[in-house]
This record gives sequence, C-alpha cells and structure tokens, in this order.
Amino acid sequence: MTQHSSAAAAAAVGAVGAVGVGDPVLQTVGVTKSFGGVHALKGVDFELRAGEIHTLVGENGAGKSTLIKVLTGVYTPDGGEVRYAGETVHFRRPADAQHVGISTIYQEVNLVPLLSVARNIFLGREPRRFGLIDVRAMNKRARELMAELGIDIDVTAELGRLGLGSQQMVALARAMSVDSRVVIMDEPTSSLETAEVETLFRVARGLRDRGVGLVFVSHRLDELWELCDRVTILRDGEWVHTEPMSEMTRLDLVSKMLGRDVEEVRAEGATEFGSSHRQAGEPALVVSGLEVANRLHGVDLTVRPGEVVGLAGLLGSGRSETVKAVYGALKARSGEITVAGRKVRTGSVRGALASGVALLSEDRKAEGIVPDLSVRDNIALAVLPRMSRAGVVSEARIDALVDTFMKRLRIKASSPDQKVRELSGGNQQKVLIARWLATEPTVFLLDEPTRGIDVGAKAEVQGLIDELADQGLAVVLISSEMDELVEGADRIVVLHDGHVQAELDSTDLSSSELLAALAGDRERDSRPASQAPNQAPTQTEGQHA
Amino acid sequence: MSTTMVDPATANAPETALANRARFASLVQRQGALAIFVVVVAVASVSFDTFASQGNITGIAVQASFLAMLALGMTFVIMTGGIDLSVGSVFALGGVLAAWGAQHGTLVAFVLPLAVCGAIGLVQGLIIARGGLPPFIVTLAGLLFARGLLLLLSDEGATTYKVPRGSSFRELAQGELLGIPYPVVLVVVFFAIGGLVLHRTSYGASVLAIGGQEDAADLMGLPVVRTKVLTYVASALLAGFGGVMIASYTSSGVTILGVGTELEAIAAVVLGGTLLTGGAGTVLGTLVGVLLLQVIKNVINQVGSLDSDWQSVVSGTILLLVVTLQRALTRGDRA
Repeated sequence: MTQHSSAAAAAAVGAVGAVGVGDPVLQTVGVTKSFGGVHALKGVDFELRAGEIHTLVGENGAGKSTLIKVLTGVYTPDGGEVRYAGETVHFRRPADAQHVGISTIYQEVNLVPLLSVARNIFLGREPRRFGLIDVRAMNKRARELMAELGIDIDVTAELGRLGLGSQQMVALARAMSVDSRVVIMDEPTSSLETAEVETLFRVARGLRDRGVGLVFVSHRLDELWELCDRVTILRDGEWVHTEPMSEMTRLDLVSKMLGRDVEEVRAEGATEFGSSHRQAGEPALVVSGLEVANRLHGVDLTVRPGEVVGLAGLLGSGRSETVKAVYGALKARSGEITVAGRKVRTGSVRGALASGVALLSEDRKAEGIVPDLSVRDNIALAVLPRMSRAGVVSEARIDALVDTFMKRLRIKASSPDQKVRELSGGNQQKVLIARWLATEPTVFLLDEPTRGIDVGAKAEVQGLIDELADQGLAVVLISSEMDELVEGADRIVVLHDGHVQAELDSTDLSSSELLAALAGDRERDSRPASQAPNQAPTQTEGQHA
Repeated sequence: MSTTMVDPATANAPETALANRARFASLVQRQGALAIFVVVVAVASVSFDTFASQGNITGIAVQASFLAMLALGMTFVIMTGGIDLSVGSVFALGGVLAAWGAQHGTLVAFVLPLAVCGAIGLVQGLIIARGGLPPFIVTLAGLLFARGLLLLLSDEGATTYKVPRGSSFRELAQGELLGIPYPVVLVVVFFAIGGLVLHRTSYGASVLAIGGQEDAADLMGLPVVRTKVLTYVASALLAGFGGVMIASYTSSGVTILGVGTELEAIAAVVLGGTLLTGGAGTVLGTLVGVLLLQVIKNVINQVGSLDSDWQSVVSGTILLLVVTLQRALTRGDRA
C-alpha cells in the first residue's frame, strides 16, 4: 500500500517539468478545510515561486498551521486543490509530499531522540552497500553536510543529548540532504540562539539562490524583513494580502494581520503590557544562595506580591534552572527558599506546590499539556485533590471552575470537552495557565510563556500576566525577547553562568540597554570575543549539556 | 548525582564526569544482564561440578533456544513500542500443528504451522497498525484465540499428536551440526540475521524510529504501518517456528506448552537492555537475557533441596534488580 503510494508519488515527480526561477512551484487554489464545523481554511489561494522565501503570517487561528499541513500532506483539503509545479497533486500522507520534493522543518523538533544524528538525517534514505545500510558512508555524508552548514556536532551522538538548537540544525540538515524543491519552515527559529539563527538564514538564502522555494513562518517579526522576499497574510482562515516584503511596513503588516487600524496599533504599542504595577509589602518569594550542581552558583531573588520580575540571560545562564529549582523540580545543593515568609523544603515539587508556587514550564508539549484530554480535564488536573471530598470528585465544582477560567482567559475552544490537541498553540498555553491559576498560587513562575504562539495570542498572554500581577500575584517571567522583558517586568535580574550578574529597574530601560547588560559580562571579563576564539564553542557546549 | 565531587572552577571537569557517567549508565543498560550472567555462570561452575559439563551446557543451550526464538520476535515488537502477548499460545499452536502436519509429511509440518501463525500475526499487525488499537489488547485477544484453537485441535488436550517414528521432521531439532544441536545453530543464525536487520536495514531503522518517536517517524515519511505489520508477522512466525522446533524436539505436539512463555520472553528482552518504551536495544542483549533466565533455572535444578518453583522467584527478583539498576543509572540522563 505504501509502496503503491510512493510509486504514485514517483510518477508525480516524473510528470513534473522543470520549474524556472520565479515560476510558481507550489500553489493552493481555493483550499478549504474544516474540523468538526470549525472552518480553518475558507478558500485560500497561495502561491510559492521557485527561488523565493515566502512568509506566511497571521494571528492565532488564522489558518497558517492548517495551510502548512495541507501543503505537506498531513491534512487532505476538503475542497480546492494543491498544485505542485503546475500539476494538481493529492497528498495523502507526509511521505507523499516528501517524495515529490517538499521538505518540512517543524517548530517542535520532529526527529527521533534515541537515534544518532546521522541516523536521523538519513532515516528512510540511508546509503547502502550490498543491500545493507553503509554506516560508515552514512556518517561520512552526515559529517560533510554538517561541515557545509558550518555546525560542529558529533554525528554519531544520540540526538536527544543535544540542545534544542542543535536538534533543529539536524532537522535542517535532513531537509537539505534530499534535493528538495520546496522547504517549509514552521517556526524554525523559536528555539534557536542568535548564531544558530544566522546559520539557518545563511542556509535558507543559499537554498533560495539554488532555485528552491521556501515558506518561512516566524513570530519574530524582525526576521521576516531580514529574510523574506514576499509575504502572504491570512486572517480567520482567509487570504488577506500578498505583497513583496520590501514594500510593507511593520505597522502595515500588524494591522492587516489583526484586521485593525494602523493608528489603533500605533497607540497601543507593540506588546500588551501596561505600565508598571509594583507594590510594597512583604516579599512573596525570597530565594537566597540557591545552588544546583554545575548549573547555579548562588542565585538570589526577591519578588513582592504584584510585581513582575524578569529573569534575563543568555541560553545556559541558568534562567530555567532557577525557576525549576524554586519549583523543586531540580535538586538544590544548598540555598533557602521562602514563600510568603515560610520556608519551603527544596527539591520537592509537592512542597513547592503546597506553599503556593506554580511553574509554567518552557516545554509545554513534554511537560505540561495532556493532548488527548479535554480542555476541562487539562484545567482540572492540578486541582483534583482540592475538588474532591473523600476521593469523590465534585463534577459541578469543576465545571464552574473551568467555565470561569475559560471566560477569564478567553480560551477559544468549541466546548470544554474539546481535546487540547486540537487547539492552537496560544490556546494550549492559556489552558496550562488556567490549570496553574486554579491552584491559586502565590508565586507564578513563567518560563517563556509566549514562545511559539501567535502574535495575537502573545498579546493576550502578556495582557494576562499584567492582569495577574495587578491582582497581587508575584510573577517571575523568563523570556528571550527583550521587548517582552523590558515592557513586561518591573525589575530584571540578569543571570550569567549561574550567577546574578546585574539587577535592573526596567522603568526607564530600553531593549538596547538590556542587551548591553546581557553582553556586559564579556567586557568585564576583559576578554573581547576576537581575542578568545576558543571561548565561544565551550560556551555553546555548556548550553547543550 | 550530587555524590560526584566537581570543582566548579574547572569548566570541563563536570562535563567529562557527566559524559563518563552517561557512558557507564548506558553500559549497564546494555550489558547489565551480561555482567550478572557471567557472575552466575562463574559461581555455578565453581559450586557444582556438573554445571560446566558439556552435557549440561548443551542442555541449557537447547532448552534456551525455544524461548530465544520467541524473544527475538518480541525484541522487535518492543522496539516499536509495542508488546506481543500472543507468542506463548502461538508457540504452542505451532507445535501442535507441526506434530499433526508431520503425519502428512515433513513439508506440511513446516508450512502449515508457519502459515497459520503468520496469518495470526498479520491480522494482529493490521489491527494494531491500521486500526490504531492498543497492542496489549489485540495480542491478548490473539493469545486467547490461539490457545482456544489449540484446545479445539487437540480435543481439549486429550489428543496428543505424535511425529511418526522415522520421520525426517525429527531431524530438525534432534540432529546436530559438528556436534552442535540444530536448534542452537538456528538460534545463532537467526540472531545474527536479526542483528543485521535491526542495525543495517531500513526496516530496522524504521523500527527504532517508530519506537523512539512515532509521530516523527510518520512525519519523516517512514512506512510506519508496513513496518509495524511486518514486525507482528515476524514475531508470530518466530513463535510458530519455535513451536515447530519443539514439536520436532519432543516428537509430539504438547498442548500445555507456552503458558506464560510470552512473559518470559518479555523478561528476557527487558533484561537484555531493550527499553520497554521502545526505540533502543540490541538483539544480542536479548540472547543474553534468555541465557540468563535459562541458567538460573538450571542452577536451581542443580540445588537438589530447592523446589523448582524457586526458578520464578529468583528470575523475578533478578529482573527487578536489573531494571531498577538501569533506571537508577539512567535517571536524569534523558529529559
């Protein structure tokens, strides 16, 4: 059966003629797709040309992900057609799209963690000798590919032991190793560091110059102007606009995407954070001398009720480790944690939870959401013990609670019984936030709460964080986005190598000043990057360890 | 974790320590059973004169060969992240069919059981891979089905089919190659092929990828359904072939065989270092696991005063020990 489909796919390749640069290579014409009565795509026309980088933008639920899944064969459209090099194609599964030359890099790395890097690159297309996989040739070619990408990774290492950024690079290498005519990148940069983003862009431009058509999706708007040639804007499942990137202003793009007036956007600012809301009073959270083996070397942190404290630092500086240790998920070697004046036992999640600490973790896929459970059950998960009497759960109380939070957080779902798997990233994040809020925490630790969610949902989450602080919650916010920290936090604690490097008042802070603070440590080390060329790789390794 | 003393000033030391730890952990994961096996064999050789005798070792090898066949198939199934509970019954069914078939010629004795067992595997595989039903339930149904079929064939065990005297079918398990019994030779050959298939073919790569991350395997365009179906067919065929061998070995179709054997096979696979969640492992590890279980049985038999029921008690304890050790050492190793 699969053989049959690959044969069909092979035939499709044979039928496809040469596509010149500038000609459409992948198109959708009036594509529709609905899920249980919800129209995700309402007749979308999209055209990708050979030799261009085309970005798809749109808010939460605009239909970007659905369109991409139609293009890559994950979904079959209900109506309309997909054309590849001018021919109508019917992809029934991802393999079909791949066989004709469409590669995809997903936001969440979709590789096999237990297999080696080289294995992952060549899975399904391993070089052979006498009918058997030629491991040596496979490793050699993987090494060559990595060298071409300018990445220093041991190709025989288990993929799961690498950092997320490196894993994304492996996914890219995999896409490059097939002679793709189309490369679709769905938020490839959300887990990458600056240097890795540059590598990715370099490779993407190289592919474009070879005549490959690229679709690029990113929530970091700056990247779009840096990399992309054209933009297509979707809103509510409909095509809105297509234009060369160079002719579009940032304000223009945002207003078209949100369907709001340019003036309106200008007045409200780029993020949804309001003014500062610092309150006096006893600290809600005091962390002193927190040490975790190899990771943290004495971190101090104080957060008052109603205050948002930002944790800044480069990857590997110990931001996530700090909140994990406070939450008890990482074993602290020493240090003291006090919540609302009471000492908390370190290294115990139960202890942390009981004293009112909640953590929204960075990796919502692996550490939080239960995709096959309903919105209701996902929210209720953390409060089940409180919602039950003698082990019997009070359904009515849960319904009331879920209803409150769905309204308060404006969670877009067809009903509380919809599976969380079917929601957009932004709404999944809100479900998780609701779950934690239901535990009525005193201290809320948020690790990259807006990563990988759409601009619109991002704004809502930001607004929500603000609101929570206003209501007296003590919030610790980790974000790699400068704007978010500067506008969202009242104070910013800058970490470096597991130490507190600086503490900044964000009232009059600009993004560039924060950047300077983040970079400041290097100058203090009096070791400019150019004089210590061996410094950088060591650091990268540390981050992936 | 915190017991390793590291100087935070030297940046490389903790990483080296971590890498060494990881290497040691994966060594235990893969070779823990081998270490225990070597210890048990060494102690047994010293304690019992009869243990290291050629006759006893050959006996262990032959008796282990039947379980080994089942465990080989189970290794692949578990590596895809599945489980096959039907193999014990399928094994017994294969034996009875072979013994019955031997009355109609050696060819029938081979073809009939393999065809029936292969068909059971195919149906199970299709339901699991295409229908997306949990392997546990599907193969539990297979277990009941095969056992029922077997009882029907043998009039609830009242009829025992005998392999005719002088039938060349007896040669399969009773013959020897250079002094080594055929079952042992076959196991060595099958495991060598199994290792090659797992690590050097795209089917094997798919098996590991599916067990490691099924969604990713699917998105990468790997033939997930075909690979799973093939794996359950192979498992049933190997179990059936184990049955054929035991019918040849005992010259009859013994209906009470194979009860709980699927669990022994699972134990052997896990002892051998294959992750029960799939995605990693070796067939060689499984072979060591099988041998370890067999040696434990043998040793307990050598201690005259011990009841044979102790075999299970000790096997269970060792299984728990090895798994706990693996877990303790790999904890925190993977996120």
